[in-house]
Amino acid sequence: MSGVEAGRTPVKTGMTRRRKRALSRGAQYLVFVGVLVFIGLSADWGRLRNQFAQTDLAQRLFPDIITIALRNTVLYTLSGFLLGLVLGLLIALMRLSSVGPYRWVAGIYIEVFRGLPALLIFIFVGVAVPLAFPGTEIPGGTYGKVALALGLVSAAYMAETIRAGIQAIPKGQMEAARSLGFSHTRAMVSIIIPQAFRVVIPPLTNELVLLFKDSSLVLFLGVTLEERELTKFGRDLASETANSTPILVAGLCYLLVTVPLGFVVRKLEARAAEATR
Amino acid sequence: MSEHGGSGLRKETTADPAPGPEILVEQLHKSFGDNHVLRGIDLEIRQGEVVCVIGPSGSGKSTLLRCVNLLEQPSGGRVFVGGSELTHPDVDIDAVRRRIGMVFQQFNLFPHLSVTENLALPQRRVLGRDKAAAGRVAAENLERVGLADKAKAFPASLSGGQQQRVAIARALAMGPEVMLFDEPTSALDPELVGDVLAVMRMLADEGMTMMVVTHEMSFAREVADRVVFMDDGVIVEEGPPAEVIGNPRHERTRHFLARVLDPAAAQVEEGMPPVDKRP
Ligand SMILES: Nc1ncnc2c1ncn2[C@@H]1O[C@H](COP(=O)(O)OP(=O)(O)O)[C@@H](O)[C@H]1O
Ligand SMILES: [Mg+2]
Repeated sequence: MSGVEAGRTPVKTGMTRRRKRALSRGAQYLVFVGVLVFIGLSADWGRLRNQFAQTDLAQRLFPDIITIALRNTVLYTLSGFLLGLVLGLLIALMRLSSVGPYRWVAGIYIEVFRGLPALLIFIFVGVAVPLAFPGTEIPGGTYGKVALALGLVSAAYMAETIRAGIQAIPKGQMEAARSLGFSHTRAMVSIIIPQAFRVVIPPLTNELVLLFKDSSLVLFLGVTLEERELTKFGRDLASETANSTPILVAGLCYLLVTVPLGFVVRKLEARAAEATR
Repeated sequence: MSEHGGSGLRKETTADPAPGPEILVEQLHKSFGDNHVLRGIDLEIRQGEVVCVIGPSGSGKSTLLRCVNLLEQPSGGRVFVGGSELTHPDVDIDAVRRRIGMVFQQFNLFPHLSVTENLALPQRRVLGRDKAAAGRVAAENLERVGLADKAKAFPASLSGGQQQRVAIARALAMGPEVMLFDEPTSALDPELVGDVLAVMRMLADEGMTMMVVTHEMSFAREVADRVVFMDDGVIVEEGPPAEVIGNPRHERTRHFLARVLDPAAAQVEEGMPPVDKRP
């Protein structure tokens, strides 16, 4: 912006650059306040409060929204994340393999699962797999299905992240390990992957935040009351009570986890940036 | 060599009544695509011998060294270390590499491990030593390179010279029969070169078989039993340092030495380390 301003001829307008910047900032504040005033005047506050912020209704959500819904959300997310991490590491190593077919399979997996909506994968795991393999049960019931669906979704992203992390490790590390007598596999396990994981912890934590939100897709698998997570729980209670307050509280529960996690990611990124300097 | 090691394979060679050369390179060729980098190298290094390889940048010195422990796969020819053929298709390359220590220009310490762990982890993972034994050998070898007080430090907190000495100690802790050095002082600030060369001198005095790619002419002159001058993928001349450096027979050698020994010209040369000031 200042580049554009500097390019103009300040003499012509008779304004200093500082004055122009102050004017521009003033205009932006004006727009901001205008929008706030418009929303404030046009929204029906009474109805909004009635619909979204009924305190007695909100109180009735506890403790179930924490002990069942939030707990399940966390469980679904973590099991999906762990499965995705293991699968992602495997696919990353296949992608870097010297064996052609491994590379191709990994490449196809990544392209396919990055290109599909998570919802479609949930439906696939919930409906298509039981139909295609009758009699075979995904172990762990709903928990197993959710872990599988979230794992399949996140493995593609994690594989690409981990592959980039491995490739960021200087070639000299592998050469030093090999020259000491490490096999390729041992060198990967003892020397390369531990270093790569330090690089990829911030992006993987980011993926955890995304998964946390994607766990809401359990909605489409059909779950029992005890298996409900935040979104399903909020939606069910909203329709039971004909009021949207449970949705708002469920949303706050998400933020309770995602905001601190986002803070941690930024801290980790800052530390990683410092370490590589 | 001393008892800082214990590769079981070494016994075969020491038991041999008339040991052959420790390193034997026969008609070694190496190409990268169309780039024919090594064009028929023949080289013998006896047990306990120190051989310095000199030559202009790009002449194939590093490639030769890397072929001796198979970090590069030769395109043709044979390489023997301690009597076993590395280039044989059935060879267990990891077992052979344990007997060959390598020191790199860029140190290549493992940055996520402490100095002690840098020395101990390879012993445990590769040689199967237990934690206590690996720690003991690590401590001994850190002592040897004068860095016992840095045992708990991480590589990033060390100077380049200290990192390179740790790298040497890490290789020694595996108990190698042979040490390969690829321009070990070229990445160092001039004032740190001496400490690393002192450690290498000590190794030479202890009777280690060493193959050293270097631009440190004073080191080559004083420590090497033999100097090999390479240019354009071939060995142009080799012999005692007094002959090759003091009185070279070939024009290419003279030309190279003139540039290396003349500081003004040397600074123009890309990647050239600080130069020996003596006449
Ligand atoms: N991994 C590689 N791939 C392709 N070319 C290489 C590789 N390593 C070395 N070379 C080429 O081989 C030649 C010799 O390199 P090198 O052995 O490093 O020379 P020196 O160590 O004497 O400077 C150079 O032309 C270099 O570009
Ligand atoms: Mg080189």
